[in-house]
Amino acid sequence: MTSKTTRQTECGSNDHWNRRTLLRAATAGTISWLTPLARSLSRAAEKNPRGAPAKSVIVLWMKGGPSQLETFDPHPNTRIGGETKAIKTSSPGIKIARGLDQVAEQMEHISLVRSVISDQKDHERATYNAKTGFRPDPTMIHPALGAVICRQLTDQLDIPRHISILPGSWPARGGYLGDQYDAFLVGDPKKPLPDLATTVSQSRSKRRINDLIDIVEPEFSRGRLPKLDQQKTLHRISINRAIKMMSSEQLRAFDVMSASQNLRNRYGDTPFGRGCLAACQLIKAGVRCVEVTLGGWDTHINNHQLQQKRMAILDPAMATLIDHLKEEKLLEHTIVLWGGEFGRDPRINATDGRDHWPHGFTVAMAGGGITGGQVIGATSPEPEVEAARPNRNVENPRNIADIHATVLKAVGIDFQQEMYNPPIRPVAISEGKVIQELLAS
Amino acid sequence: MGKRDLLFIGMCFCGMVAVAGSLLDQGPLQHSTSVVISSQPQLSNFLETVAQVDEAFSNDWSQAGLQSTTRASDLLIARRLSLALTGSIPSFEEIRTLQRLPKERRVTDWVDRLLSDQRYADYLAERLARAYVGTEEGPFLVYRRRRFVKWLSSQLADNRPYDQLVRDLITVEGLWTDSPAANFLTVTIDQNGDKQPDETRLAGRITRAFLGIRIDCLQCHDDKLDQIVLGDSSQQRTGLQSDFHQLAAYFGSVQNSLTGIQDKPAQKYRFKYLDDEQEKVVEPAVPFYPQLLSQQESRRAELAHWLTSNKNKAFARATVNRIWAIMFGQPLVKPIDSIPLHGPFPPGLEILADDFSTHGFDLARLIRIISSLEVFQLESRADFPLTENHEAHWAVFPLTRLRPEQVAGSIIQACSLTTIDADAHILRQLLRYFNQNDFIRRYGDLGDDEFRDRGGTITQRLLMLNGKLVKERTSDNPLANASNRILMVTSDIRKAIEIAYLTVFSRLPSNRELDHFHKTIQQSTGSERTNHMNDLFWILLNSTEFSWNH
Repeated sequence: MTSKTTRQTECGSNDHWNRRTLLRAATAGTISWLTPLARSLSRAAEKNPRGAPAKSVIVLWMKGGPSQLETFDPHPNTRIGGETKAIKTSSPGIKIARGLDQVAEQMEHISLVRSVISDQKDHERATYNAKTGFRPDPTMIHPALGAVICRQLTDQLDIPRHISILPGSWPARGGYLGDQYDAFLVGDPKKPLPDLATTVSQSRSKRRINDLIDIVEPEFSRGRLPKLDQQKTLHRISINRAIKMMSSEQLRAFDVMSASQNLRNRYGDTPFGRGCLAACQLIKAGVRCVEVTLGGWDTHINNHQLQQKRMAILDPAMATLIDHLKEEKLLEHTIVLWGGEFGRDPRINATDGRDHWPHGFTVAMAGGGITGGQVIGATSPEPEVEAARPNRNVENPRNIADIHATVLKAVGIDFQQEMYNPPIRPVAISEGKVIQELLAS
Repeated sequence: MGKRDLLFIGMCFCGMVAVAGSLLDQGPLQHSTSVVISSQPQLSNFLETVAQVDEAFSNDWSQAGLQSTTRASDLLIARRLSLALTGSIPSFEEIRTLQRLPKERRVTDWVDRLLSDQRYADYLAERLARAYVGTEEGPFLVYRRRRFVKWLSSQLADNRPYDQLVRDLITVEGLWTDSPAANFLTVTIDQNGDKQPDETRLAGRITRAFLGIRIDCLQCHDDKLDQIVLGDSSQQRTGLQSDFHQLAAYFGSVQNSLTGIQDKPAQKYRFKYLDDEQEKVVEPAVPFYPQLLSQQESRRAELAHWLTSNKNKAFARATVNRIWAIMFGQPLVKPIDSIPLHGPFPPGLEILADDFSTHGFDLARLIRIISSLEVFQLESRADFPLTENHEAHWAVFPLTRLRPEQVAGSIIQACSLTTIDADAHILRQLLRYFNQNDFIRRYGDLGDDEFRDRGGTITQRLLMLNGKLVKERTSDNPLANASNRILMVTSDIRKAIEIAYLTVFSRLPSNRELDHFHKTIQQSTGSERTNHMNDLFWILLNSTEFSWNH
């Protein structure tokens, strides 16, 4: 028998696991994992000293769905904990998984939202949800977070302001804002940027462009709208931008091989490590949003071992990124957002793997005015995973949209304003609620 | 490399030069001789319908005080048709064929030729599949998109009546492999959930794809803003949450199992409405014209027959609007799936919908009619000042940016003098397939939202200026590239430039263009001349004219 429920009830009703049931469950197990919210709120804030909003965002995209239990929300020595051990961090009271030892040292800058929920368990649809803050909607394609930020904030840069390094199958897109807000896609930063070098001599290239602009384009413009290029095709404008970018000094921000060997070693000799280094350099050059992808988290088999391998890449890169941003005095203006499309099932399956789990997983945030060293929400160490409403296992559940709203607020964007989405309808930038604790002073 | 390989390459090379030579050595470029292509069957009321639509638009232009543009050239109309129906510009070989047709039959014969081309069925199948199943990878194991598109292509190649095709999609039973239409249902399966087709996704999909109506908002609540008007024409009303779920209930008995899709009549759709305390069984009902329902063997069959009834005008309108969008690059009513149920309608829509539903839901006929319309054959420029109002009223053929696969397909076709179709050598077809896919990955696919205006990206521009595909197609390669092959078979520079323009733009160069490039190329010899010819192709490929439908 099929049954559907109105989806809002799943995330906005009393069906959620409330504090009383959480306490009851905790009594049966251990109470040490509960969030000391009051203590967190009084903790010294990692705040932009000038009170100005953040300027840029780096999204560390964990493609495939990282396990919350093996990263930022370990429950060692429990039925669901697996082999993972917890370690202390630089932020008293917060423990994360062993393997993230370097990240643990940066924990006073990082806050964790351990209670993120969604209703999407399929990779593609959950990725859409996580990157846009909206559920997949057949009537429109929403823009990714970086596209919204680039649309709302203006800059004069030769290079793209929205960049995706090592993009997976579904990189950040402009959606209804237009493909001009799509992320510019680049691979491993140690390789040359694609399509930037002219394929012929400079003189020949110049002659080609001149013939195109002076001879061929006027023929097409004849008898059409007076401002065809400016108002409709943007063709010459985009050619000029491309040519300007091809020779821009700002391209050096993509070049990680010029950085010192020591710095590169700190990030780790991996594409993801180089991607994080490039992200830092790009933010310094004025880029608004950089997405860096680390795949391989979809561990349906052999979960513990595979997650450990991913963390060995993540740990130096993420920790060094925060440290490097701090050294460059960029952290106070730059939000680092870590997460994937969902978490992983508390149950370990027959092949020692964990399946998809959107009912309580972790998103980590640092910098850009985000108060560090906090934990928002919690997941139960003894969850009733067979329950009809598994979100009951989550204390203080937050939607993906709430993460978006919080980031947009930190960047200084009025996310409740509607962007006109012709020819469909006005749409709010985000329908989430700000997680106030993360922005508390 | 062995001697046999060298011999094979040599034979291929000689063969291609011979083909190129035969194409080029056919007299004046604008000369027309008679070539017989299967003639269009006499279709009842065809011209009458065309005249009615033409008159409707003419009246609209008069009322708006607009002058329409003149008729475009046959070659330009052929370019539009090839882009719409095969996804690429016509080849030089095809242009030669077209030029030899009697002038009065060029467009109609060209449409016939394209409709009998396998590329038409394949390309339209892909375009329609985006509306039916989207571009998602879909659920693992139980969904085979490629098989679905192939099935769709076979239906289009046979010109299966469209109502029958749609009924198959809705009522299909069996495995997604043996009964490819079943993928229409299995694409909605949540493999991490109940592993069954999702009634709500299907309800939203059929209303958008087959009725041109958006009722997705009703999934969660009644329409509070009076934006969704349902009910019969005499009893119009605002959409309710129950409208959506009663429609979804037609799929409540669908079940997927090891034997594939089947109905379990006892299985009911249940839902908890917004203000209800508990979920309840929802009985199926349609949101308008219930009198068109008929007793059928299953709920899905009842829905399918109601939806495709020739009295259900929304079905015909939605199809006309989608085919119009594919032909013009933009729909008659925007957004494509938001046609007001009870109007008002733009000029021509009702006439075309009536013709479609009263002539057996014949897609080929609909395409023939649209291609014969005055609005389709109008110029996209004028010798009087044009405004955006002209485009809004279709008094000028609208400019639309080519889709990624059209750009890729057209680059590959433009750099080959002969047609790359189902008859082309398998290696050339494979080369085209891989080139195209690689290009589209970087250029950026549009996904389901394919008729939205787009701004273009810096990535796209860099890909055209410096990317691998354009570079390879405009560099020295006499085996593959038209720019090299033209110079090998003609020493007449003016003729070579004209062929380049026809191959890339489907038009001859203006005197200014011809003189300029003639002067440049004429002054050079040897490899420098080859470079200039390669440059000419590069320039044309990087122009606005190439990357826009006009």
